[in-house]
Amino acid sequence: MKIKRSMVLVSSDPHSIEKGSEEIYSRLVDEVKAFDLSDEISISKVSDIDRVDASPLVIVYPEAVVYGPLSPDDVHFLVEEHLYKGRIASRLQAPTKELSGKIAWITARAGTLPAEQRIVLERAGLIDPDSIEDYIIHDGYQALGKVLSSMKPAEVIDVVKKSGLKGRGGAGFPTGLKWGFVADAAGDKRYVICNADESEPGTFKDRLILEGDPHSIIEAMAIAAYAIGADEGYIYIRGEYTLAQTRLVKAIVQAKEMGFIGENIFDSGFNFDVHVHGGAGAYICGEETALIESIEGKRGEPRPRPPYPTTNGLWDKPTLVNNVETLANIPAILRNGADWFRSFGTPSSPGTKVYTILGNVNNTGLVEVPMGITLREVITIYAKGMKNGRHFKLAQTGGSSGSIIPAVLQDTPMDYDSYAKAGVSMGSGALLICSDETCVVDLAKVLLNFFRFESCGKCNPCRIGNQRAYQILNNISEGLGSTKDVNDLEEISKWLYEMSNCGLGQTAGSPLKDIMKHFRAEVDAHITNKVCPAGVCAMSGKTTTTV
Amino acid sequence: MSSNNNGRDVIKTVNAAVSEFHARQEELIPILMKVNQELGYIPTDALERISEAMHIPQSRVYSVASFYHMISTKPTGRHVIKFCESAPCHVAGGKAVWDALLEELQIKPGETSPDGKWTLKTTSCLGVCAVGPVMMVDDDIYGNIDPDQVREILGKYE
Repeated sequence: MKIKRSMVLVSSDPHSIEKGSEEIYSRLVDEVKAFDLSDEISISKVSDIDRVDASPLVIVYPEAVVYGPLSPDDVHFLVEEHLYKGRIASRLQAPTKELSGKIAWITARAGTLPAEQRIVLERAGLIDPDSIEDYIIHDGYQALGKVLSSMKPAEVIDVVKKSGLKGRGGAGFPTGLKWGFVADAAGDKRYVICNADESEPGTFKDRLILEGDPHSIIEAMAIAAYAIGADEGYIYIRGEYTLAQTRLVKAIVQAKEMGFIGENIFDSGFNFDVHVHGGAGAYICGEETALIESIEGKRGEPRPRPPYPTTNGLWDKPTLVNNVETLANIPAILRNGADWFRSFGTPSSPGTKVYTILGNVNNTGLVEVPMGITLREVITIYAKGMKNGRHFKLAQTGGSSGSIIPAVLQDTPMDYDSYAKAGVSMGSGALLICSDETCVVDLAKVLLNFFRFESCGKCNPCRIGNQRAYQILNNISEGLGSTKDVNDLEEISKWLYEMSNCGLGQTAGSPLKDIMKHFRAEVDAHITNKVCPAGVCAMSGKTTTTV
Repeated sequence: MSSNNNGRDVIKTVNAAVSEFHARQEELIPILMKVNQELGYIPTDALERISEAMHIPQSRVYSVASFYHMISTKPTGRHVIKFCESAPCHVAGGKAVWDALLEELQIKPGETSPDGKWTLKTTSCLGVCAVGPVMMVDDDIYGNIDPDQVREILGKYE
């Protein structure tokens, strides 16, 4: 299959249509053909862009240049300049205005792929992860030196706050705010924990950072510890990630030898020690209170919150828990400043995000791109299109903390605010891209099977709700569904959300809610017509065991 | 090997693990992982010995040991197969591989084959999703498996 190098979107809301966008679209198709570029350029229509002042408009990716308002006569010039000659047709550009909430608007792009911008993966794969010297040559421990020699703890927190960095583990909580909470908590002993229990299905971004650049995490933890007044840290790492564990342990030994951690670091009077604590196979331990229980040597059962770990964490002391990717941003932010960081991504979600691309696409893998690129871009450019020329049906954004995102939302920028407005969640950055050969009932069944397996069993809504929802979905997939099931699934989803103790249970119902909202007709076809439209479910009419 | 010898081995393994990590509550999971790695699972006499050495009630040691997927309280076969059944592998064709695996092994998930060679487990994400469907045999990871390769992969193990 031919790989597209560029992607063009044409606005087609009623206002644009009235002003001739249909004509612009067909002229674009003709012009692109005339320049013999049809194989390289994909052209799509997109509604609801919310830029009446510039409509009808055309957006060209990967550069994300907005042109408008356009008339059909501008099309020839646009295609010749931008798509054929490769330079921006500046006289047609729309006035600069933030588009966040409707469509991607990116402020800075660089890198080897069209929009790639590496901050957290800057060194991964380029340096020898077993060599501290290699890390130091590539700006390593520079930020820690700067912080300890010239900044007060409150100033460090201030920079992180100003950078607008949000937690990359899934919830998107402002990092600087969290640091401030821990720094302000009463007590003289505090802890920093790096949450490296990456177990959201489809996510392996943290593994790449840990294996490729372990010192960046140690440096970030030391900076965080200084800022919040901690002197001890733990890296809680998944039991399955043995290579990452080995590399981290080695990195800690090297950092101690060089005096980057230990006692009286850089003669500043600041002490910091860090331990690696391996997990033993439990998805729930990615939840921060369960993780803390597990470090304490107990079953990984989440604690009731509040109190939050920021005041009552490890050994009941104030504790900062940050995800690996969040921490990996810290040294670069302290080195280059908050304004530098804000120049990437969207105003509401600055910086980059690492996405893992999976599913029915030609190219699976991992990219780090500015916050705010769209699913359509990911599929067309990074994933190099759908496999076997199939159509894109939906994307699932990772394990428990994500959503099922239907194709109609593929032009929504992937940043925390825009996704929240659209009622979906980015999760951990896993993008499971599914073609029209995927059945939503089957997908929800697999997701619920995951949750019933991984539920810690402490609270009833989660333990019983997930099991019950799985049984109902299994029945529907065997052609034994009844109309009452839809109602039951909706109620279970609501109860899971309202009554579960922790994030696992609270989000376990979202696949149910999402398929009912976006794919109700497909679910109904299973129940009323006993047909699986995608031809995936067995529909055998027989009860199967679901234990 | 007599059961007596076996018992001594268990105690020796536990003692070594406890002295490697120290007898503190927060080291319970690393100690259980170590014993599990050495013995393949946590036998009852190991639970007793860990409880004594660490001054933690045996019920508590068991509750922790049975909570985590990587620690087993039941004997396992010589080789443990972990098959990923998370969504990314499922969407990439995991179901067909799973059916082939069941057909080849003739055991159900969670069971050990009568000859003690295989234990079949399902697992959540192994973190190598870009090459799904994925399965692990002991410490070896296999990716991009198609159903026809199942027999060949299993054939590598004695």
